[in-house]
Amino acid sequence: MVLLEVVQGGGLFAYAPLIIALPILGLITNIIFGRRLGERFTGIVASGAVALAFVIAIMQFLALQAVPEGATVPIAEWISVGSLSIPWSIKVDTLSTTMMLMVTGVSTLIHIYAIGYMHEDVRFQGDPGRYARFFIFFNLFVAAMMVLVSADNYLMMFVGWEGVGLCSYLLIGFWYEKGEDGIGNAVAGKKAFVTNRIGDFGFLIAMFLIFGAVGSLGFEDVFHWAHAFGGENVLLISVITLFMLLGVAGKSAQLPLFVWLPDAMAGPTPVSALIHAATMVTAGVYLIVRSNPLFSVTASTSNIVAIVGTATAFFAATIAVGQFDIKRVLAYSTISQLGFMVAAAGLGAYVAAIFHLINHAFFKALLFLASGSVIQGVEAGHHHAEHEGADIEEPFDPQDMRNMGGLRSRMKITFWVYLIGALALSGFPPLAGFFSKDEILADARLENPAMFFLLLAAAFLTTFYMGRQVFLVFFGKARSEPAAHAKENPPVMWVPLIILGVLSVIAGALNLPKIHTLTDWLGDTIEHVHVTEFSFSVAGLAVVFSTVAVVLAWTIYGRKPIEKGEPDPLRKFLGPIFVGMENKWWVDELYEFLIIRPYIAICWFLADVVDWRFWHDWFHDSVLGAAYRNGSRWLAWVFDLRVIDGIGNGLGNITNWGSQRLRVLQTGYVRNYALAVLVGGVLVLSYFIFG
Amino acid sequence: MNIPPDYVLTLSGILFALGVIGVLIRRNAIVIFMSIELMLNSANLALIAFARTLAPAQEALRGHVFVFFVIAVAAAEVAVGLALIVAIFRSKESIDVDEVSSLRG
Repeated sequence: MVLLEVVQGGGLFAYAPLIIALPILGLITNIIFGRRLGERFTGIVASGAVALAFVIAIMQFLALQAVPEGATVPIAEWISVGSLSIPWSIKVDTLSTTMMLMVTGVSTLIHIYAIGYMHEDVRFQGDPGRYARFFIFFNLFVAAMMVLVSADNYLMMFVGWEGVGLCSYLLIGFWYEKGEDGIGNAVAGKKAFVTNRIGDFGFLIAMFLIFGAVGSLGFEDVFHWAHAFGGENVLLISVITLFMLLGVAGKSAQLPLFVWLPDAMAGPTPVSALIHAATMVTAGVYLIVRSNPLFSVTASTSNIVAIVGTATAFFAATIAVGQFDIKRVLAYSTISQLGFMVAAAGLGAYVAAIFHLINHAFFKALLFLASGSVIQGVEAGHHHAEHEGADIEEPFDPQDMRNMGGLRSRMKITFWVYLIGALALSGFPPLAGFFSKDEILADARLENPAMFFLLLAAAFLTTFYMGRQVFLVFFGKARSEPAAHAKENPPVMWVPLIILGVLSVIAGALNLPKIHTLTDWLGDTIEHVHVTEFSFSVAGLAVVFSTVAVVLAWTIYGRKPIEKGEPDPLRKFLGPIFVGMENKWWVDELYEFLIIRPYIAICWFLADVVDWRFWHDWFHDSVLGAAYRNGSRWLAWVFDLRVIDGIGNGLGNITNWGSQRLRVLQTGYVRNYALAVLVGGVLVLSYFIFG
Repeated sequence: MNIPPDYVLTLSGILFALGVIGVLIRRNAIVIFMSIELMLNSANLALIAFARTLAPAQEALRGHVFVFFVIAVAAAEVAVGLALIVAIFRSKESIDVDEVSSLRG
């Protein structure tokens, strides 16, 4: 009863700060005790901290049932300068709580999975001491993500935004001494960081403009302003939202800043699942949805957002078709799905964006974790095969799908959850992806037919590349010795997979057609919700497309599985197009040519010509150095020797000369002195007498 | 007989000038010494002459007292001066003052 009263009174909001504090507590505990008390302790503390944060999120959810408009929980005054006042306070409303629930829930599962995964990974990579470090970074990430989603002003959100970026960087480069040339992973981390900086620049500029216009960074002030004065400030708001879009493009890996996400797969697989699929990359979508009062004022920016999202969705989907690395396929798939979400947000379908965000978090985390399970199974098989002295081609890549095949029978649980994830992503009813993707497609059809067809094509490609992946990995015969010896992983890894699998199946129930639970729920926070009715024609079309894609994938990859060393059959059909897909349409090369080379050339110019030759050689050495040397020489040889010494010696010489003259007077003859006395006496007397 | 003071002072001046000349031109230490005595006594003479111009008689005593002082000091000076001359003679075998010029610069 007491609990009920607390719930109804909204008193549970007071616990909200714990959602940030708990992961921080976990990471501090692990910093102090993690190494000493071993892996079991570390894993339990880290997972427990996040699980407790999930409990707190559930408490906020319960509290919101009674008080739907939510609450702002102040923690501390943060920045207070003049009229600028930025508190550190937590905004609990339906939108932020949705994100909290999703992030902490998925994080808990991935933390548990990582207990098992990292146990193997640190041994495979040869440094078991890094186990605790992984969980410290992981908890830090959850804390930063909580700051991001619970912020009640843009600056606090930016702190979380940067915090997750930092954790992303740290975790991409977790095995920083590995990868291509021994620096590949570090380079990938740097690439992610630098690309995100470009986006952050946009976010910062947007914040500056908001502060300049509104005089505050608090969400409520800004949104009130947008309501009251939005009409007369459309141009300013367009500029603000466009800069925000730049931030979104960086964080959520949209065109043209998506290039970092595929490289981010250098991080351990739980990192790819948590940060680079389920949570961090959705921060951009969250930013748009959170700022919906700004975006809904300006139709032009919303259009651009939708175009960027649609283009990304289609573009990334084409690349995913041509990839062979199991994680890279999923990475491009993530970019493509983020494109769907951004497109939805651009079309004003904010609820659909969040709906897809949640579903995507479930099934993409599932797919990544399952791919991690596959990779580790193959690695275990590699180890096993080596033990038996089998002939393995070196270097062996455990992530290359061409080395896999036939894993269905050896990794049964992984196969089934992978299949569920793939079907959910492909949008087959009644799995999660079906409902959210169709909501987006239905919105697109109403708003813009061209976008609708592009998104439909992207959905078709999604199903096709997922079918390709499933057939390549799990069907046919093993194409390498390690794959032939692969074995299933321990329960600590497959139990989270099954939970995520169940969630991927049922998450569509969050916002069923006609019932619209999520729409009503988010309607308390988002002002511009519109209910898009379920359209059988759209859904039917999507399902038909997906079915065709599966049949096509089966025809190409399933009916006659490719043999070891055989090229991808798609290469024959598509020719140069496949080469383009395989090489990611040379976007990296294009950026290399357009940006990085000129940038490096400018850096070289600045360093070599401006800094070294002009500044160092000429200015410092020739101008300053020479001036100093000449000045010192003049001071030493001219001023000191001639003037200073001249004064000293001159005084001596004058005294000497005078003395030489004066000594003549000292004759030593008494009468001379007497005469002098006489003359003196006479002179004195004369003075008195005549003067 | 009342000799006017101008005469006495003139004599005193002449004696003083003789003494000065003696000090300046003679080389014999004894003669120089005598010339100094001459100058002292010319000054005494001048003092006596001035004393006589003063009245009443008690005032004149001041000049006489001066003279006695000078005579006493001269006596002491003679003792020191002759002792110096003897010391010089012992070391130089001569009382020529030009011989004693070791303070020459």
